[in-house]
Amino acid sequence: MINRVVKNAEEATKDIKDNATLLVGGFGLCGIPENCIAALVKKGIKGLTCISNNAGVDDFGLGLLLQNKQIKKMVASYVGENAEFERQMLSGELEVELIPQGTLATRCLAAGYGMPVIYTPAGVGTEVAIGKPVRTFTYNGQTKEYLEEKAFEADFAIVKAWKGDTAGNLVFRYTARNFNPMIAMAGKITIAEVEELVEVGELDPNQIHTPGIYVHRIFKGEKYEKRIEQVTVRKK
Amino acid sequence: MLDKNGIAKRIAREVKDGMYVNLGIGIPTLVANYIPEGVNVVLQSENGILGMGPFPFEGEEDADLINAGKQTVTLLPGSSIFDSATSFGMIRAQKVDLTILGAMEVSEHGDIANWKIPGKMVKGMGGAMDLVASAKNIIVAMQHVNKAGESKLLPKCELPLTGIKCVKRIVTELAVLEVMSEGGFRLLERAPGVSVEQIKNATAGKLIVEGEIPEMSL
Repeated sequence: MINRVVKNAEEATKDIKDNATLLVGGFGLCGIPENCIAALVKKGIKGLTCISNNAGVDDFGLGLLLQNKQIKKMVASYVGENAEFERQMLSGELEVELIPQGTLATRCLAAGYGMPVIYTPAGVGTEVAIGKPVRTFTYNGQTKEYLEEKAFEADFAIVKAWKGDTAGNLVFRYTARNFNPMIAMAGKITIAEVEELVEVGELDPNQIHTPGIYVHRIFKGEKYEKRIEQVTVRKK
Repeated sequence: MLDKNGIAKRIAREVKDGMYVNLGIGIPTLVANYIPEGVNVVLQSENGILGMGPFPFEGEEDADLINAGKQTVTLLPGSSIFDSATSFGMIRAQKVDLTILGAMEVSEHGDIANWKIPGKMVKGMGGAMDLVASAKNIIVAMQHVNKAGESKLLPKCELPLTGIKCVKRIVTELAVLEVMSEGGFRLLERAPGVSVEQIKNATAGKLIVEGEIPEMSL
């Protein structure tokens, strides 16, 4: 088996340079690559374009890179929980492209499937449609307009999985799966950090979510805070 | 007049046995509390859950298990977890029967605006554009008028749109209304103690009132 293991987040991110385009996994703060983000903050590289569903919160997740003014452009679907983000966007320091969540997921999938465009009805008739080709299709008896959306092209994809093996096969846990599998498929170089790194043969091949062919570098994250955005509970 | 829970309670009556339902953030989330006993529905959360359960007991929350509102949740027996592309795949392919979401404005043609107030608030559309563009049936839970007393049921939306010609039914603190395919809000029910006159005054778009309008039973 090909061995994809690197030592740590520093080694995994060593060739990410200024002005790189990064796809970053996670939904809110759930399933985000905490260790790679910390390494990028430490590296201090600038001018990044980050494509991720959210932009973290002020002091965690991608919010750390924003705080440090390392992100030039953010492509996301929802950015509601971040005051610094809002400030940078309104002041024009940060370029922002908001896109529908399903479109974001499917543009990743298209990249991983080798398909340059997808057609989706999401955003037809809205400002999301501006400048995009629109085509009408009849499918399952319904005639609708669809927007042409492009597969992402990113230098690096950075994801977080629960378990991974040395060949790069990944298993995710509960809703920490979210965008991670499709983002893993979409990078020219994909970096995966995992909570548990095991030898080949230890993961059940029937249970693999992301085949190792999509993963170029894998390492065990040094520590995981796994912060919860909104703790909601009921009394026993 | 209904409060938020009243709106949720009325919408819960639209939820039928065997449905797969996506609930948006805010009032729609409250609908889950009022689904009658014996009505079995499966709740979809677009971050990748079918069969979402209630909030966990104190101390049992799991950072890896949240809903689309980023709140900690639990799973019910028979639930499944999937990635975001699959989640929006089942939405786009109309496998989800009912979508309930909030709105800032709805037009008499069923257009909806709920993601952006230029210059003031830009949170993003999240999954709302995908949901409204594909859902078979959309019910909007909203306030009939804004804080300044201005109608949010309009001839044409003024805010940036989330989707066009998609809203079928609206439940507000004042009324239940149906959006007609030829345009107009047809008044179906009045909230307890609310007159047709009050609803007329609160609706800027075309209101269609035919015959006696019953008061809703909750």
